[in-house]
Amino acid sequence: MIELNNITYIVEDKGNKKVILDNISIKFEDNCVTAITGQNGSGKSTLTKIIIGIIRPTSGQILYNGTDITNYSIDERVKLGINYAFQQPITFKGLTIKELIDIATKQENSIPKACEYLSRVGICAKDYINRDFDKTLSGGEQKRVELALALAQNGNTVIFDEPEAGIDIWSFDRLNKIFEKNKSYIVVSHQTKFLSSADKIVVMQNGKIVQYDDAKTVLKNLKHTTCKKVEE
Amino acid sequence: MKLDKISQNLLEKIAKIHEIPNGAVSFRRNGKGEIVRSTPSIEIVRKEDGSGINIFVHSSCKNESCHIPVVVSEEDFFDLVYNDFYIEDGASVTIVAGCGVHSNGSGGHDGIHTFHIGKNAVVNYIENHIAIGNGSHKVLNPTTNITIGENSVMNMETNQLGGVDYSNRITKATLKENATINITEKILTNKFNVAKTDFKVHLIGKNSKCNIVSRSVARDESEQVFKSTIIGKNECFGHVECDGIVLDRAQISSVPRVDAKSNLASLSHEAAIGKIASEQIIKLMTLGLSEKEAENKIIECFLK
Ligand SMILES: Nc1ncnc2c1ncn2[C@@H]1O[C@H](COP(=O)(O)OP(=O)(O)O)[C@@H](O)[C@H]1O
Ligand SMILES: [Mg+2]
Repeated sequence: MIELNNITYIVEDKGNKKVILDNISIKFEDNCVTAITGQNGSGKSTLTKIIIGIIRPTSGQILYNGTDITNYSIDERVKLGINYAFQQPITFKGLTIKELIDIATKQENSIPKACEYLSRVGICAKDYINRDFDKTLSGGEQKRVELALALAQNGNTVIFDEPEAGIDIWSFDRLNKIFEKNKSYIVVSHQTKFLSSADKIVVMQNGKIVQYDDAKTVLKNLKHTTCKKVEE
Repeated sequence: MKLDKISQNLLEKIAKIHEIPNGAVSFRRNGKGEIVRSTPSIEIVRKEDGSGINIFVHSSCKNESCHIPVVVSEEDFFDLVYNDFYIEDGASVTIVAGCGVHSNGSGGHDGIHTFHIGKNAVVNYIENHIAIGNGSHKVLNPTTNITIGENSVMNMETNQLGGVDYSNRITKATLKENATINITEKILTNKFNVAKTDFKVHLIGKNSKCNIVSRSVARDESEQVFKSTIIGKNECFGHVECDGIVLDRAQISSVPRVDAKSNLASLSHEAAIGKIASEQIIKLMTLGLSEKEAENKIIECFLK
């Protein structure tokens, strides 16, 4: 279980102190899909980056199954089983999709095996596997590979930051379906369709958590301005 | 022919071969042409003054390859060689050149290669440079002069991955109608290495094309200077791209230049030099690598 205690993140912005996360405490339940929603700029990405260790909080504590991991590096957290997919995928010059899959899975995969990971997110694998993971891929393609990598790592807690952004609903539905029962997922999302399929919903506003409850309960009271309706 | 350990090691590194290969070969060691072997399509002839070889690739040559490695393993020996390549119309050939220097003192090689490429030909030219040993004055200065005839293509790949204390690579090409040159350069410098590169491409013919991609990594106290000039005198296309990663106290300077001497010339350049993007390291760390492993992986793949 991931537990945040009194997490505050403050940055220096043009000489002024800006509070990005304001004393956040939350326990993410195991074996459950927790959606994080809230307006742009409310601190969702920052919160998830603090969990994986990309951002270090100004104060507060992060526990993983009771262990204090506040000072763990990113890779140490990955070794514990926390995986992360970026809102904006990061590209490389010279690294192929296959090589990234091999890194993520810590083994040299056969082409069919590597393709399997890609077909999970609905991309025709053979065409991609040996391509560089660079800017010549479309935004949607980059995003799907990003999701495939996080899933390929096979940790027990997977964090997705706006996985639906830039990819079509069809493939996003598939992603939703391959969530495994005995794992935990923390998913930043604006889509009502996704939110209603989640177990729990966290609503953020101005760096604070303003709601955290069962999805049904939260959705009843949710202001519609914070999330987008999916066009069917 | 039996090869000594040092030559074997160098050949492995520059041409991925352990022994003298079959087919057309010229093997030069410490200034002497040790082996020269021709095939019906690729004729290799020693120059009378011993200064190098003439290579005639006949029209009948289709997808054959030719190895012309050079090894300098004698201490304080500096080799100077002139090789001329005559590629006939319609030939297609892969030429694997390269030089390995082993020295605990000084040693080096200046190779001046001149290509005369006819029409409708395809030339793949691979040049690998390596230096090993404790010497601190291992020098390689390759010069390549190229004329590419109508509808011909030259794919040139140069790799210099470590150990060379000083290098000054000069490449000049002139392209006729519909001719294409694709150049890929990879350089890794470390310690106090200095590597200079200077490309000059004249796009004379209509629809001639040039694409230069340089990727380099500079570590320690090393220094790299990348210069490129593309001159477009006709309806033509030219692009140069220089990506460099600078580590430690190293320096890279990139001086790309494009001269359009016709309003139909389409020329562009891109240069991006800096440390490894920190988000790339972070991304690989989220895939489980440590910071150091991530850095090494990025460099290895960047130069691959
Ligand atoms: N280093 C920083 N300097 C200044 N402002 C920042 C910095 N990092 C994040 N922010 C701000 O913090 C807020 C929260 O950002 P983010 O977590 O990305 O929001 P969300 O993902 O909810 O859209 C935004 O207003 C953003 O501009
Ligand atoms: Mg965000």
